[in-house]
Amino acid sequence: MIEFRSVTKQFPDGTRAVDSLSLVIPSRKTTVLVGSSGSGKTTILRMINRMVDPTSGVVEIDGDDIAGKEPVKLRRGIGYVMQNSGLLPHRKVIDNIATVLYLTGVARGRARGRALELMDTVGLDRAFADRYPSQLSGGQQQRVGVARGLAVDPNILLMDEPFGAVDPIVRSELQQELLRLQRELGKTVVFVTHDIDEAFLLGDQIAILKTGGEIAQLGTPTEILSNPADDFVSSFVGTDRGARALHLAPGRFGNLVIDGTGRPAGILVNESPTEGPSWPGQTRGPSTDGR
Amino acid sequence: MSWLLANLDMVLSLTLDHIWLSVVPIVLGFLLAVPIGAIANRYHLVRGTLVTASGILYAVPSLALFVLLPSIIGTQILDPLNVIIALTLYAVALMVRTTADALADVEPDVIQSAKAMGYSTWGRLVRVELPLSGPVLLAGMRVVAVSTVSLVSVGALIGVNSLGYLFIDGFQRNFPLEILVGIIGTVVIALVFDGLLVLMGRFLLPWSRITRTNGRLIVVQDDPVVINP
Ligand SMILES: Nc1ncnc2c1ncn2[C@@H]1O[C@H](COP(=O)(O)OP(=O)(O)OP(=O)(O)O)[C@@H](O)[C@H]1O
Ligand SMILES: [Mg+2]
Repeated sequence: MIEFRSVTKQFPDGTRAVDSLSLVIPSRKTTVLVGSSGSGKTTILRMINRMVDPTSGVVEIDGDDIAGKEPVKLRRGIGYVMQNSGLLPHRKVIDNIATVLYLTGVARGRARGRALELMDTVGLDRAFADRYPSQLSGGQQQRVGVARGLAVDPNILLMDEPFGAVDPIVRSELQQELLRLQRELGKTVVFVTHDIDEAFLLGDQIAILKTGGEIAQLGTPTEILSNPADDFVSSFVGTDRGARALHLAPGRFGNLVIDGTGRPAGILVNESPTEGPSWPGQTRGPSTDGR
Repeated sequence: MSWLLANLDMVLSLTLDHIWLSVVPIVLGFLLAVPIGAIANRYHLVRGTLVTASGILYAVPSLALFVLLPSIIGTQILDPLNVIIALTLYAVALMVRTTADALADVEPDVIQSAKAMGYSTWGRLVRVELPLSGPVLLAGMRVVAVSTVSLVSVGALIGVNSLGYLFIDGFQRNFPLEILVGIIGTVVIALVFDGLLVLMGRFLLPWSRITRTNGRLIVVQDDPVVINP
């Protein structure tokens, strides 16, 4: 469990990126921080691995104040995936994935073996192992980024708009992949995005942020959709324009689901999706609350 | 031709002197400039001072520096050390700035991600930032190598032997062949050094030659521009 207790971050130039934030991030679930640009998402995320230190307040991981931990060591135990992957351009894919293992002193052979396994885990062909990042597509680079984040099998995985720079089809592929991984691995994922649909798709818990890292609403997708806390949340999730008010209309192949703008959003099918991706308004499979 | 054959021993020995007088400043210049450049990049106050100082230093004519050094550091006027030190200073002057600029140009994203993975500041500099500055450092070193080789000749004016001696001697005796041999020898040394640096780059920076077939094109070393102070 990660806990923020009245955490404030003021940068030297006076910008208050986060103002007395209190937030509990449960273990083995995906918490999504969603909000518009400049709302402090990245800053919040980086306070978890001490890339940013709070001006005041306490950040705890499993009850321990992280201010007392050595930043370099702390970071080696926490996965971090960012937009544009942040891969090291001068290292081959396999070495990029194994970087943190090398840093923690794992023998080269073993580290590389583990890196190859991780390529399978994230659905990357092992043939890419000896390529340099610039020889991969954006989507493939993001997969490498995720594999690298998972290398030391961390309990916590921080993801900062990891799928923000890829096209919608690849993005949706990567999202499904992450849902599958999360079902298998059950990490404590903190995921930053400004895409509310992505938030609803991936999040067990969603924090909608206003400027200054202020939480407008914290809840499950269902809670937020069915009961938006205020106008800000309504407009952010699109319930104010009725964009999420769905109704049925008879179509050629069954009932069409029409959204608030009059566009077909899908067709209504009868079987309930027990396996596979969750969707907005539905909480996913069994989630055990570990640690 | 017969002159060359008759004086082959002398030409060879001058060539070796020339190589030796160039290699030391080139290598020393690199070894000194990289840490200084890294400090300059890290501390902004230091950076301004260092960059300005090296700019001024680079503007001092080489002959003046050769002549002045003995009175500043107390060496003998004919000591090859004067040339070595002066040329090392030029190499440092050029490379400090290049290093600082190259380090400042490393993608912030890559630095953030290296930090997030748990590199220490030192580890990040040595394992990430400097390697990524490699192509720019290499381009800088190619300039340094060529300009050092050509500046060594100037040392002949103060009696430090190198292929430059052939220019002076050939000029005084009005003997163009000797001058020509000196020029060709200097150019060959410069080309060989340049070639060696390029080879080292291929070997040490394999990633920098990768270009994407589709879309964004990355890298490839710049050709150096030779400047003579
Ligand atoms: N190092 C810094 N120095 C000064 N101000 C900063 C710094 N980092 C962030 N800020 C400011 O803090 C605020 C929050 O920034 P942050 O990067 O956390 O936002 P974000 O929600 O991640 O935005 P985005 O969606 O654009 O990534 C912004 O106003 C930003 O300008
Ligand atoms: Mg951000």
